[in-house]
Amino acid sequence: MLSPKEFMHTSRLNENWIGFKTIVIKETMRIARIWIQTLVPPVIQMTLYFLIFGAFIGSRVGKMGGYSYMEFLAPGLIMMSVINNSYANVVSSFFGARFARHVEELQVSPMPNSLIILGFVVGGVIRGLAVGILVAAVALLFTHLHIAHPLITLSVVILTAVVFALGGFINAVFAKNFDDVTIIPTFVLTPLTYLGGVFYSISLLPHLWANVSKVNPILYMVNAFRYGILGVSDIGIGVAYGIIVLFIVVLFAVCEWLMYKGVGLRS
Amino acid sequence: MQALSIHGLTKTYGNGVVALKGIDFEVAQGEFTALLGPNGAGKTTTIGIVTSLVNKTSGTVKVFDYDIDTDIERAKSCIGLVPQEINFNQWEKPYDIVVNQAGYYGIPRALAKERAEKYLRQLQLWDKRHDVSRHLSGGMKRRLMIARALVHEPKLLMLDEPTAGVDIEIRRSMWEFLKKINKEGITIILTTHYLEEAENLCRRVAIIDHGEIILQGRTRDLLSKLRTETFVLNLRHPLGALPPFDGYAVTQVDDTTLEVEIDKSQNVNALFGLLSQNDIQVMSMRNKVNRLEELFVRLIEGKG
Repeated sequence: MLSPKEFMHTSRLNENWIGFKTIVIKETMRIARIWIQTLVPPVIQMTLYFLIFGAFIGSRVGKMGGYSYMEFLAPGLIMMSVINNSYANVVSSFFGARFARHVEELQVSPMPNSLIILGFVVGGVIRGLAVGILVAAVALLFTHLHIAHPLITLSVVILTAVVFALGGFINAVFAKNFDDVTIIPTFVLTPLTYLGGVFYSISLLPHLWANVSKVNPILYMVNAFRYGILGVSDIGIGVAYGIIVLFIVVLFAVCEWLMYKGVGLRS
Repeated sequence: MQALSIHGLTKTYGNGVVALKGIDFEVAQGEFTALLGPNGAGKTTTIGIVTSLVNKTSGTVKVFDYDIDTDIERAKSCIGLVPQEINFNQWEKPYDIVVNQAGYYGIPRALAKERAEKYLRQLQLWDKRHDVSRHLSGGMKRRLMIARALVHEPKLLMLDEPTAGVDIEIRRSMWEFLKKINKEGITIILTTHYLEEAENLCRRVAIIDHGEIILQGRTRDLLSKLRTETFVLNLRHPLGALPPFDGYAVTQVDDTTLEVEIDKSQNVNALFGLLSQNDIQVMSMRNKVNRLEELFVRLIEGKG
């Protein structure tokens, strides 16, 4: 038998769980409702990458890391679409909620800040994974994907989506208009992704640039994912996990602090 | 028990604007209270602080004894908010908006659906439940925000100018609805620009100006503080020259309309005696302005 205090605590946990599920369901429904904006464009974009870089140019590139260029490229493109879409989902959804002020529905509710953040993050992860699966399906039209380490593949893709969903949340908190929502993806995310080993192995780079590349966190995520699928990587898998988890902890703490202070939310 | 207890509440915005200068404001459970004040007086800031949409600078706020500094989740559970501006996702359907809001308060989905139906029906929105919300009329959007605020069945409902821009028929039906739920036990705090609304609905009134509560108490008691009232008399026959009305301030507006200012020490019977003596027949008589409006204007303009 629960004491009144324990009962209150259990009841509060249950209520929070319902609130969290509500955000996740709402975010998922949003992704499904505007699928033409959320799911189709990345699939078309990645199909073009596979066609141009994989099929047309890749056939002349030769082996990379012991695999055909198409096989090497596929994990990178899947990861790139996961990164972009988990970020884009949270930044557009949370900024949209701020802009139209329906974020106030959550602010006045008794939901803890951490669960509001997690609800949006899970929404971002869902879109990232959905797009990742669709891009993987496209990849299968061009090459075969043998997954060497399923658990590593799955954990890396989910954890990476969490990192960028948290990043999208922070961007959404600071954004003052719709231009601010696209600045980080255009000027930070895209260059880092392109230079993060999606299209090439850093072993091809001169020693100096290979070392410079190692300060790019996306390199570790792409390579860890590629290791999960192909079993080859430019970097140590343990280091990659460490960096991903560190980013999650730091970014989540920043999100919590922003929500606690009400930055961009409360005057 | 106090539904809301505010002490020494101050708010200074980042740009240096002092919105609240240490207000004390209490609302007992079950009350229907109006918070009145001109634009920029601090009404919305007060409601914003109570509902966690605005950070306070100092002071204490308790909602049913739950301090918002130490027990914010329980305090929030007690409150339903109807804000001044439309703040739902206008691309969503009313039914989804209300059901989701219930979810944020931890109400299981099956019960949330029952409640959504109950309140959407009560606010005459059930037929519109699957429409995209942006297609609703202004009055419907306001009613949707009321349904959303009630879905978790709060003990305290705060409405920030709920009838602004709503036509008179819908406004009156909203009044009836608010009276009904207040009778059922929900404490209501309302800000409004329509002083007729406050006089009709609210047993208590607080007037806020420049971030300070300048008057609060029972509506009836406050109205009794009015020293004079101005009445408008419509006459049966056109009046030529205005005869003398000793002791009364009478103004002739046009041939058939007089305005008479009557002091509390005077009575209307004596006035009618004078009118009869001068063979002036009165067709109808009304207050020039709503009585609460008169009190409000006098206070704000510093006429006392």
